[in-house]
Amino acid sequence: MEQVPRVLVTEKAKRVIDQLRDQHGELMFHQSGGCCDGSSPMCFKKGQFRIGMSDVLLGEIHGCEFYMSSSQFQYWKHTQLTVDITEGRGASFSLEIPLGIRFLIRSRPFTQEEIGNLTPVMEGVQGMK
Amino acid sequence: MSVTLSGYKKPNTEGSFVHYKSQYDNFIGGEWVAPADGEYFDNPSPVDGKVFTRVPRSKKKDIDLAVQKAHEAKEKWGNTPVAKRSKILLKMAERIEQNRQMLALSETWDNGKPIRESMAADIPLAADHFRYFAGVIRGEESGVSEIDPNTVSMHIKEPIGVVGQIIPWNFPLLMAVWKMAPALAAGNCVVLKPAEQTPVTVLLFAELVQDLLPPGTLNIVNGFGPEAGQALATHPDIGKIAFTGETTTGRLIMQFASENIKPVTLELGGKSPNVFTESVMAKDDSFLEKAVEGFTMFALNQGEVCTCPSRALIQESIYDEFMERALKRVEKIRMGDPLDPQTMIGAQASRDQYAKIMSYLDIGKQEKAKVLAGGEAYHNEQYPDGFYIQPTVFEGNNKMRIFQEEIFGPVVSVTRFKDEKELLEIANDTLYGLGAGLWTRDVHQAYSIARKIEAGRVWVNCYHQYPAHAAFGGYKQSGIGRETHKMMLDHYQQTKNLLISYDQTPTGLF
Repeated sequence: MEQVPRVLVTEKAKRVIDQLRDQHGELMFHQSGGCCDGSSPMCFKKGQFRIGMSDVLLGEIHGCEFYMSSSQFQYWKHTQLTVDITEGRGASFSLEIPLGIRFLIRSRPFTQEEIGNLTPVMEGVQGMK
Repeated sequence: MSVTLSGYKKPNTEGSFVHYKSQYDNFIGGEWVAPADGEYFDNPSPVDGKVFTRVPRSKKKDIDLAVQKAHEAKEKWGNTPVAKRSKILLKMAERIEQNRQMLALSETWDNGKPIRESMAADIPLAADHFRYFAGVIRGEESGVSEIDPNTVSMHIKEPIGVVGQIIPWNFPLLMAVWKMAPALAAGNCVVLKPAEQTPVTVLLFAELVQDLLPPGTLNIVNGFGPEAGQALATHPDIGKIAFTGETTTGRLIMQFASENIKPVTLELGGKSPNVFTESVMAKDDSFLEKAVEGFTMFALNQGEVCTCPSRALIQESIYDEFMERALKRVEKIRMGDPLDPQTMIGAQASRDQYAKIMSYLDIGKQEKAKVLAGGEAYHNEQYPDGFYIQPTVFEGNNKMRIFQEEIFGPVVSVTRFKDEKELLEIANDTLYGLGAGLWTRDVHQAYSIARKIEAGRVWVNCYHQYPAHAAFGGYKQSGIGRETHKMMLDHYQQTKNLLISYDQTPTGLF
């Protein structure tokens, strides 16, 4: 049985990733927490944000690694995340900000059947390619 | 002029307190300077979703210029007698007060908050903050000690020099003042980057005070995070960086700072518990009314407060009775035109923030939290394109995502606790530790429980008060350092130790 991915991406978000990749090269995501623009996924040039032992790799979306701090993951792990796009003027250093759009997370809880068959996460530094 | 029966007049209409220019420049070296690349970006109001002015899309070259001008000014400002620096800050406070309706209206238009709040909180607190730091800098003294009869140690506080400050969008002018007032009081020159969503009021403020400050002392550069914010955070000639925002950017700023070995202060938000113990219901009196109002504080500033009491913990024995009253109070929260002084909550600050809050209402329902109030967007007939959300009360448990993440919207998640042990388990089961509220009539609880809640600010029998001389800052992942209070001066100063020998005899070592 195929493993259930922890993070997905919408077609709209894929097109933005392509656009940003053309402009900046390879990309990565790190899920933020906390105030203001927290709880939003941040998109950086690959390697710009230094992943540490405190992070986990949840998977890949459209060729980009998607990380989260492992402490935050403890509270998020029962939900599947989908990276989407919304219009709006976000703050933060995420690369799509100048385009007047923002990556956004949509979530759903995994079903009981899915929970037994989820893609394993890797500790951040080991997960780095 | 300007305050009509129905409220304040919209900016850029006849008789309004505010008339924006069609475009603003950066404030660098005491002058209004166009961005090097000549690019600007549109600034919409969340009240009606429409663009009302444009601000610079600055990049590295603009930040470089601002840092250079700040360095040119730093010696003069650092050597300005404290009495004179203090007097300038007092005059800045006065200018804010003299123009409070203009600044308040602009803040409401740029951020979406109701005029009632910008008039009662943002603007008067900003003025008071300047006065507070104008006061404490006069009283500051350093220590001198005699190490032995011939050796004296003297500590002198020196400004860092040039500091970078990145401001959030929830209290745009007030948060800028929280950072700039202590930095300027301590003798530093500032390069400040406002948030992309709320770039304008601080520029109106700069217009009001530009004749007071020596050129280059305060520099304001607008732009996007990845372009201007990052250029500021990575600048090798910045002596310190202060940031309010979220954890990933906070980590990134620390990573940048590590490259140049610079100090940082970070305020990264929270998921603050607001705890109601059973003694609250012991009497039906004014204190109970105050506690019920304390519950409703989650809606203040549309929930866009780092210390939003977004988790309510209510003792099981009073749960039903307390919630009945609390929900009645929530029903009375008045939404509507942010320019109407009767309106209690306004628009969310931006379209993406609105979308994010809606995504949390969605996951809350999917996780089977019970919606006790709200749960939907609010259709504001007057402003169909603005970003409005109903005050929302969820009932659930602390493991749900809506209990663990800062939604930054008018959303509270409510749960029960049995006893003090469970109270503390739930209150502290969070990644963050910025604020907390504790409501009790029991003096022992008021102290002992408050001490055990892992948060930098515990409001006891009150909430959402932000006086200048109470320290504000986070435990755990909520950040590093404090804001407000005179201890903030330490974050903007170096300590010079002079170790002086009055002994004329050689030591005899060589």
